[in-house]
Formats: sequence, structure tokens, C-alpha cells
Amino acid sequence: MKVTIDGQEIEVAPGTTILQAARMIGGESVPPAMCYYSKLEKTGGKCRCCLVEVAKGSDADPRPMPKLMASCVTGCMDGMEVNSKNSERVREARQSVTEFLLINHPLDCPICDQAGECDLQDLSFEHGKSKTRFIEEKRTFEPEDIGPNIQLHMNRCILCQRCVAVADQLTDNRVHGVLDRGDHANISTCISKAIDNEFSGNMIDVCPVGALTDKTFRFKSRVWFNKPYNAHRDCDKCCGKTTVWMFGDEIQRVTGRKDVYHEVEEFICNECRFEHKDPADWVIEGPRKFDKDSVINQNNYTREMETVHIATEEGILKGREQDRKKISMTAIPLDQKEQEEFKNGNL
Amino acid sequence: MSQKILLDKINVPGIKTYEVYRREGGYTSVEKALKSMTPDDVVEEVKKSGLRGRGGAGFPAGMKWSFIDKKSGKPRHLVCNADESEPGTFKDRYLMEFIPHLLIEGMITSSFALGANRSYIYIRGEYMWVFKILERAIAEAKAAGWLGKNILGTGYDLELHVHCGAGAYICGEETALIESLEGKRGNPRIKPPFPAVSGLWANPTVVNNVETIAAVPWIVNNSGDDYAKIGIGRSTGTKLISASGNVKNPGVYEIELGLSVDEFMNSDEYLGGMSTNRPLKALVPGGSSVPILPADLIFKTANGEDRLMTYESLSDGGFATGSMLGSGGFIVYDDTACIVRNTWNFSRFYHHESCGQCTPCREGTGWLEKVLWRIENGLGREEDIDLLWSIQSKIEGNTICPLGDAASWPVAAAIRHFREEFEYHVRFPERIKNRDHFVAEPFEKVRHLVAKQTV
Amino acid sequence: MTETLMNRINELISHYPEDKKKSALLPVLHEVQDAHDNWLSIELMDKVADILGILPIEVYEVATFYTMFNLKPIGKYMFEFCQTSCCCLRGTEDLMDYTCEKLGVGIGETTPDGLFEVRGVECLGACGYAPMMQLGDFYKEHLTREKIDQLIADCRDNKIILHDK
Repeated sequence: MKVTIDGQEIEVAPGTTILQAARMIGGESVPPAMCYYSKLEKTGGKCRCCLVEVAKGSDADPRPMPKLMASCVTGCMDGMEVNSKNSERVREARQSVTEFLLINHPLDCPICDQAGECDLQDLSFEHGKSKTRFIEEKRTFEPEDIGPNIQLHMNRCILCQRCVAVADQLTDNRVHGVLDRGDHANISTCISKAIDNEFSGNMIDVCPVGALTDKTFRFKSRVWFNKPYNAHRDCDKCCGKTTVWMFGDEIQRVTGRKDVYHEVEEFICNECRFEHKDPADWVIEGPRKFDKDSVINQNNYTREMETVHIATEEGILKGREQDRKKISMTAIPLDQKEQEEFKNGNL
Repeated sequence: MSQKILLDKINVPGIKTYEVYRREGGYTSVEKALKSMTPDDVVEEVKKSGLRGRGGAGFPAGMKWSFIDKKSGKPRHLVCNADESEPGTFKDRYLMEFIPHLLIEGMITSSFALGANRSYIYIRGEYMWVFKILERAIAEAKAAGWLGKNILGTGYDLELHVHCGAGAYICGEETALIESLEGKRGNPRIKPPFPAVSGLWANPTVVNNVETIAAVPWIVNNSGDDYAKIGIGRSTGTKLISASGNVKNPGVYEIELGLSVDEFMNSDEYLGGMSTNRPLKALVPGGSSVPILPADLIFKTANGEDRLMTYESLSDGGFATGSMLGSGGFIVYDDTACIVRNTWNFSRFYHHESCGQCTPCREGTGWLEKVLWRIENGLGREEDIDLLWSIQSKIEGNTICPLGDAASWPVAAAIRHFREEFEYHVRFPERIKNRDHFVAEPFEKVRHLVAKQTV
Repeated sequence: MTETLMNRINELISHYPEDKKKSALLPVLHEVQDAHDNWLSIELMDKVADILGILPIEVYEVATFYTMFNLKPIGKYMFEFCQTSCCCLRGTEDLMDYTCEKLGVGIGETTPDGLFEVRGVECLGACGYAPMMQLGDFYKEHLTREKIDQLIADCRDNKIILHDK
């Protein structure tokens, strides 16, 4: 089947979704995806970030689709023509979804462990505005402890439900799910039960935001201060292929190996993730590469780093010359009377 | 008097019971269909009748039936949508409560047409006493041989059960209803696949409104052509209208489609005019989600033609000057009603009923409600009106199911037709402090204040 | 779980194919709730999960989604006023204020004797018979202050039937 996305033609197999076709083309036409996860079944369609315009349904039925379609759950048809980045409507819709996702999302990136590898940050960077139109109080949830390894921060959750799919598809006896409904829907175990299944840690890797983070890594470092290496070990539970995040000689965090769409190549077990922080446990293969715009490259160790001097930095500390004059004490001396009063402590 | 198809026998004493219903000619459509027609014949009659889905969308019922996947060989199901929850709508409950066997007869005949051997009636949980009425009626029908194995010796089997919801408007959306019937949260499914291919337990399924199914016995007993003779154009047959608000005679009425809004509203046979002597201010003709109409667009369309109770006439003029027949929830407002308060109330409803699955609806409905609450309570800002417009436009069309649209349209229509009222709330917060602010001083008396103000 | 309740549960389960027991979840939860002071504890939900052969979380997910399931103890007589617009046009808000004042509670509160609770709920599908409320399995319609007074008195006298069993 032939599909055209933003004017780029590609041959795909029947059953391919528009998003998958766009990923095959790559580049800027790939719609952002916050809930779809190719390695998990029945994900997608919920976040509405990946909306695209179908300008031509197919060769057989060339009518355009009236509504924007979620590209992750819409199958390609032969002769279909899709506009992604080229469509003003799509751009607007993605801006809208970004705004909706952010109105209740806390602005706590400076203390969020996900910062630097957060899909919502990327989405906001691309489609967000610097001003908010939401003046209401943000929605908050009561904290819930879900065990020693995983930190649940519900206020940050965007309800993609990937973590529920992980529990359904990788583990037996799911103990967490989506409770309540509407804008109070939340991820919870309902009874504050520890989520301790051997593959539960993958919930952290699939979480697009900082709602589920690694407790063993909590507040240890910003992700861009770590050096990620591909590493492996013999594991009888999983593939044992991971990325270890090092600070000096210390392994601070272990994750799955994430691809360019931030999806893990293979799921890993909790033992590999949480219990092997000794470098001796791992065979280090070499540096893990990230896409060129990732902030994680800020700590790139494959080339020499130059010290960057930012001219404004000095200005921020000392102020501009002309301003310094205005506010300096000597430039605006006290008059005689004021000096007297000042000496007497009556000012 | 116009022709009655559904409520023809409603006043016969004891029509609730099987004996009386049967004596009055009940279940003849089942006899006729099972003994002298093929399932396709029944589908053909329903197609010819032009009967359109009475739940709100108005999709031709016969066509919906013809989409059901018969090739896969999987079991098929008919599910009756009795989750009536659209504010302003209470017609299905009236049918089920007072003439339950009509729905059961319709279910049997329709299930036969679809080749379904296991069918359900999904009723909202709040109608618990109606659930019990239906359960008993089903037991009566079964005892009389209309349900179960080998019905009337024709070899056709049908299991019919009633299933109850538990308080969720969204379960009126057909895929959410199916999820709920499967014992899950009422989250609408992503389509395709459509229920006609993969519905209840992944089997081909048709979901129809109570009123739609209740019309089938008459169509089978008479003919599709006879049904199509009633009404105007593509609005064939009769429709139940639930009337509420500031009218003299609120209640459920069966009308022939094509009746003028004026006659329905003002004749003594129907609503009998306003309940008080106050003037008519606005009308929501098809349940809370359809656009509200201001007084000057109720009886006449923008072109000056008579506004009729038909799918086409009520939507004449599009959203700019028209509305929709929807589910037939006819809500009438006099000049003491506050459109801002009403819009806030509807927004609160949609906020409360959003399932929370997709972003625009989950976040947007709450935002709409909060902004409208502020305006109604004297905390609005001039820019909030445009903000509301912007939020609703960002929800509409971008959600998984139509709840997003349903939440957006009332807000858009209220601003479109009653913008001055919003401005009044923003500019004179002191005057709207009391929730009955328009009772003593209807908006017409203070409209000049908004007109003068320049911002 | 009494024998009568278990019989009813088994009857409800029989309405669905054998491998689709989960479908009976909503009707079963209604029955269990009605038989247990109108609320569902975690223990009861776990029991239901056990009966239907599903995970406890599947029951919690459903029970928290639907508004008719109460997950905390509530007043015996719950006056659930429909507060959606059509009812408000006919004076629901005033009547709710009246009821709250009469019972000395706010909306969502239970009287100290545990007998009454007043709630505002969304459209109950009785717009033409407003103002109205739901009390147990039944609707009380065309309400007036006098009718509210009478209802409260009847509740106190134990004359009100909540469930049709």
C-alpha cells in the first residue's frame, strides 16, 4: 500500500498505522505520541497528541476525513494522503492538547527526576506557550506509597495508561489501575499496596512524564549529569541488556535501552534495574547514544567540552553599568538633614 | 389528534401486564416476523420505514442493522440502549415503565432480524425500579413462550436479559455501554472497529435506543412504507418528546415529525404555552448537548420559514442559527432563567460525566466549568468570554467520543446567542450575586447597561 | 453474604455466558451494596472479585468509576436531589437549601444520628417531574416543601421502603 505523509511517499504493509508509517519515514513528520507505545498492546488513542489530518481517505474513497485522526490508531489505506507537520489545523490541535496537558500539570521540572528525558517537556518545547491562560488552582492528589522501588507522583500523571498495560501484559495479578473518573481519574492500587512484581519496574521506563520514577535514583542526580552506557549481564529473568547511568565510578540508575522514540528496546527485570548498582556486575559495552537535541548530550563525553562563557551571566550578578549608578548609595547622597537623622538612627 | 404508534395503548388499564398487552394485540409482530418473514425481510421493512435512531444521532436504523457482520459466523447481539441520561430526556423511562412489553416485543423482533440469540437491555442504574419492571416482564414473556429455545416452534432461540448501569452518562455512548456491559469502566472504545464488527465480547453487535426498538413492532405489523408516510422527508414516523422547564404541561408526548414547534409549544394538546405569564426566552430542543436557540429563532428559521419538529428543520441554519432534534429533550426557558447559570450547570454536568480517558475532554470540561463558575459568581474577567470560546473550540472534534462535542456545543451556542448576558455578568458582578438575579430583574430590563459600556 | 444474596448473585451471573462472568459485575455490586448498609467495603469488593473470578483491582476500578457505588458509610436515607438545569428551572436549589436547613446538615453531610444525607446529583431523567430526588431505588417527584417534610417524617417512622427486593 502506498501512503503519503506531508508529501513523502512510502510503501507500507496492510495493518500499518499512520504513526508507524510516519516513523518509517522519520524526521519532523513523525507525530508526537504520549500514550501510544509500540511494544505494548492496546495503547494509544487517548492523549490526542498525534492527531493528523487525512486529506484523502484512500484511492477507493478519496474523501477527506472530516475530523483529525489519532495517527497511532488509524490504519493506513492505499493511496491515503496525510498531513502532519504541514497542516495548520494539526499544529493548532497539538498546541491545544499541549495546553490541556499542562493546565493541571505541576511546574516542578526543577525538582522532577524525569526532567531532561520527559516527553511532556519535549512536547511543550515544540508546541507549548510560555504563558498560561489557566488561572484556576491546579488539581492535586493525595500521595500514595506503592512500594520501595517505584515513586508514584500522581500530580504529574497524564493518564496515558501505559503503566497499566505493562502490569496487564508483563505481569500477573495486576494490583494497580485507573480509579475514579474524569479529571479525578488517577493511577492507584486503591489500598496502598506495594507493586512488587518482578517486571513492575518497566512502569518507570514507559511513563512519559515524572509520575513514576525510580525510588533508588530519587534526587540523586539530574539525568544530564550522568553518563549513560550500554551494559549487559547474564540474567535468567530478562534479556539483561540495559543502560547504566553512571556518575564517576558509581552506577546511579539502571534503565531499559530507549530508542529515538523513547521506547525501550526490550523490557528488563526488577533485579537488573534495582539490585545491581555495582559496576562489577555489568559488562559495559560503550556509550549510549541519544538523539542530537537531547539535553542528555550536554554531558557528552565523546568529544572535548569547551567552557562556555555567557556574557549576560556577569551582568546578572553585578547589574548593568548604568543601573549600578542609579542604585548605588554614593550616587544619591543623603542631604545634610538626612545625614543627621541617619546618624541618630531616626531614618 | 396525530397518529400514535408507541403510546397508542398507553392509557389502557393494566397495559403494564402481559395479559392485557397480549389481549390488545401485543406480540403479533413476533408471530408475523418469525412465522412469515425472513430476517432480511424485517431489515428491509425497517430500511423502507426510514426510521432513524432515536437516541440522538438520528442514524438510519435499517442501515445500521445492515452493517452487522454476518460473514464471520460469530454470535451476534442486539443491545438496547436504555441508559437515558441526556439532561432534558426522560422518554425511554416512560415507555419502559408504563408499557414494558412493547420494548420486549421490539427486542425479540429486532433480534430475529439481526440473527441475534443473546440480547440485552442496558438500563441506567438510577432506574432501578424500572429494571425490576423489565425483569418481571421478561419473565412473563418467557413463561408465555416468547423467549427461550425454539420460539413458537420456529427454531429461533433468544435469551433476553436486562443489565443495569450504576451512574455514568457516558455509558449512553454505544461503545462505553458495551464496555460497561462487559463489567468494565465505561470508557468509550476507539473506533474502528465499530460494534457492528466487534462489539460485545468482540462479537458483532447492534446498539439501538429504546424508542427505536419500540417502533419496530408497528413497522413489522403494518409496513415500512406505512411508517414512512408519517412525517416529512427524511424525518419519518413519530417521535417521543420529553418536555421540561418553564412550560405549562411538562411530560412525554408522541408527535408526528413535522409538527410545528409553535403548535407543540403553544397548543393545549401539547405543552399549553408557558407555565407562568413570563415570556419565552430560549429553547433547547434536543437535550442539553444541542445548541440553545434564542426566542427569535424558535418558531421561525433564519429564513423566516416555520420551524418544524423534524431533524432537518431544527438544524436549519447550521449552528449559526439552528440546533438539532437530538434525543427530543425539549427544555423551555422563560425570562427569569439565566443563560450563564444554565450553561455553567450543563458544563458542570459534562465535567462530572467525562470518563477521563482522553486529554481534551478530561482537562477541557473541567476548565470550562471553572471559568463559567467564576463568571456566574461575579469573578469573571472580560477575556474569560473569549477564553471559553477558545477552550470549547479546542475540545470539539478532538476527542475519542462525542462527549467532547456535547460539552462544547452548549457553551458555544450560549456565547453565540447570549454574549451580552455574559458581559453583564462580568461587568456588573454586584447585580448577579443572588442566584435568582433575573427573577426580579429579567435581562431585558438591564440589557441597556451592557450596550452602553465600552471596554 | 447470606444465602438469599448468593442465590441472587448466581442468578445474575447466569444471565451471561459462562466465560463472561465479569459482565455481571455491575448488577452484582448493586445487590451486594444494597445488602450491606448501602456501601461497599474493600472486603466486600474483594469477595465480589473472588466470586466472579477477577482481580480485586478490576472491581475497584469499576466501583470508583460509577457514582452509584458508595465506598464509605453513608446516611441511611440518602436524599439525592437532581441538580441539573431542567430541575433547577423548577426550584430544586431552593428545595435543597430548605432540606439542608431542616436537617441541619450541608450538602454531602450526614446527620449525627446517621439517618439522613443530602446530596446533589446529576440528571436523573425526570426533568418533566421536577423538582425531584432519588431515595433508595425510587424517585420522589413534583416535590414541595410539604412533601419533603412528610418524607422526613416517614423516614423517621420507618415507613420508607428503600429497595424493591
